[in-house]
Amino acid sequence: MRWEGKPLVAEAEKKAIVEISELKQYFNAGKKNEVRAVKDVSFSIYEGETFGLVGESGSGKSTTGRALIKLGDITGGQISYKGQDINDIKRRKDLLTFRKSMQMIFQDPYASLNPRLTVKEIIGGALKVHGMTQNSKERTKRVYELLESVGLNRQFANRYPSEFSGGQCQRVGIARALAVEPDFIICDEAISALDVSIQAQVVNLLKELKEQNNLTYLFIAHDLSMVKYISDRIGVMNSGRVLEVCEADELYIAPLHPYTESLLSAIPTPDPEAERKRVRTEYDPKYHHYDDHSNVGLHEIAPEHFIYCHKDEIALYKKKREKLLRQAKQQYA
Amino acid sequence: MEDRTILEVKDLAISFQTFEGVVKAVRGVDFTLKKGETLAIVGESGSGKSVSTKAINRLLPKKNTMIESGEILFEGTDLLKLSEKEMQKVRGNDIAMIFQDPMTSLNPTMQVGKQIAEPIVKHKGVSKEEAKKQALDLMDLVGIKNPTENYKSYPHQFSGGMRQRVMIAIALACEPKILIADEPTTALDVTIQAQILGLMNKLKKELDTSIIFITHDLGVVAQMADRVAVMYAGQIVEHGTADEIFYNPMHPYTWGLLASMPTLDVGQTELYTIPGSPPNLLHPPVGDAFAPRNEFALEIDFHEEPDMFKVSDTHYAKTWLLHPSAPAVEPPEEVRRRKAKFESLYLGKGEINEMGGEALGSRS
Repeated sequence: MRWEGKPLVAEAEKKAIVEISELKQYFNAGKKNEVRAVKDVSFSIYEGETFGLVGESGSGKSTTGRALIKLGDITGGQISYKGQDINDIKRRKDLLTFRKSMQMIFQDPYASLNPRLTVKEIIGGALKVHGMTQNSKERTKRVYELLESVGLNRQFANRYPSEFSGGQCQRVGIARALAVEPDFIICDEAISALDVSIQAQVVNLLKELKEQNNLTYLFIAHDLSMVKYISDRIGVMNSGRVLEVCEADELYIAPLHPYTESLLSAIPTPDPEAERKRVRTEYDPKYHHYDDHSNVGLHEIAPEHFIYCHKDEIALYKKKREKLLRQAKQQYA
Repeated sequence: MEDRTILEVKDLAISFQTFEGVVKAVRGVDFTLKKGETLAIVGESGSGKSVSTKAINRLLPKKNTMIESGEILFEGTDLLKLSEKEMQKVRGNDIAMIFQDPMTSLNPTMQVGKQIAEPIVKHKGVSKEEAKKQALDLMDLVGIKNPTENYKSYPHQFSGGMRQRVMIAIALACEPKILIADEPTTALDVTIQAQILGLMNKLKKELDTSIIFITHDLGVVAQMADRVAVMYAGQIVEHGTADEIFYNPMHPYTWGLLASMPTLDVGQTELYTIPGSPPNLLHPPVGDAFAPRNEFALEIDFHEEPDMFKVSDTHYAKTWLLHPSAPAVEPPEEVRRRKAKFESLYLGKGEINEMGGEALGSRS
């Protein structure tokens, strides 16, 4: 895949913290049951932003996240974090530094916390491994601080995960990730398992913490409506490829790729009148006729707006974008 | 007008005996269901929505469930008084259920076609060959391709969306009068969800089935429901037609739910949140259960449970804010925007009404 035109890091002040290029991740590679989970993924994440990665189950979005944090070896391509190729990180000491800088919040708040450890041990464990506190008294104090920063009572420190609700468990998961003072956090479907009213709480908490701690997020989700509230830019994935990357607002105003359109049209909105008039579009991959894949790749349609398409389709997408932006201007005028 | 009521739940109260004590999961629920309509029951996890509907089909564990009070009248018969044998004739035949997780609710060791044919043999008393024929028709109806080949497949060979189609086929096998769908699309992707919901709406029209749709996703409710009941802490706190609930909500909990739903409109950056979490029903709170999380709570909310106040013939809400002597409050901005739309929809002054044309009444 090639970046046509100027590189994604367009402006000088935007510094990429993560750069993924031509990432491939195959499972059972070479065998009969080979699964090509990630075929060709390239994108960058700038320092201080939230990058939303959306797609349906099986699109490879979680695999991309797991590859990024080095849970398993990648099949091909390159991932660099803060300018360093993560494939070169091998020694235990380097791995520790890497993992201290990058943390992950998982989907299932119950399954990702050890049921036999108290909250204090769960959060304190991370502090101990990284030698961030000298003694247990200091550690306890830090655990209390962390619990309070995620909106939990310090008395919760001696409880077990099973004594919490899903939303509270997710807050413990967030506190654990924050314990090592990372720069970059991957949220893998961190809110999907929660109730709607609790989702809003956690999203707002994540936004607050980002401001306080200068964090960068990769926010992986299948729900396009929540992603909008937290992301600066969004990448849409389908069957192992990134199909569209652009700034968050633009994705909702001017979705260019037919798959993005179908995803947006499938989301039910809490408005019966709008639902009655709703026309849903379905995406059929056969719509593209890419016989020869030589000119197919991520192409820049407008500054910061990339589409996975054939070179000849660029003009078409450019026109489509202008039309949609004009319509939006009228609507929001 | 002809009475089309098919199901009536009166003052239902259910408790569970647990190690920690008695959990009052459902605390006095009333609702009715008419023929051919979709009633959506909305609420957070633990609000009692699943328990109330499982009670209709008598699927709650006998060991620790206590039905404290209430009647469930299906076409005039109280289902709670039926023997297990009589109940088996109703369950799956007149009242069928679709569950949330299609993987755990299908038998992993049985061919899907046989699972669809099973209730047909059991309830309709037809031969196996005839049942197979009907099962193949059903698979076709719910959009499973190549029914003859897929008849012999096992659930693990199907994707989540396909399994849910199998579940719907099983539920529809005996042409039930009532279909209870308990979060049928929560585990599915949005595009698959859109297909399944479209399918359910289509089948409802064709077969004139009544649907009780349980969900916590208000977007899905807007797409499916004729009427909506909002549950909180084991009680229905507000019910009305879909338009009344979405455009003229009265209960602060409904306000909170609506305002915390993300929309696809650009420009909104901060999400409204309902503070706190639902109460523990081991010790149900005194007064209005929602009061501790309610920024509009009145003094009386903490002492006395509010009555069901009437808003219109079809719209009721359980909040003291509707009492004549209650102070006027300013709902969240999102709710005010919705109320403005309600006026334009129902008072016939505004562009939406002119464009829509079918403003009044529920969708058919």
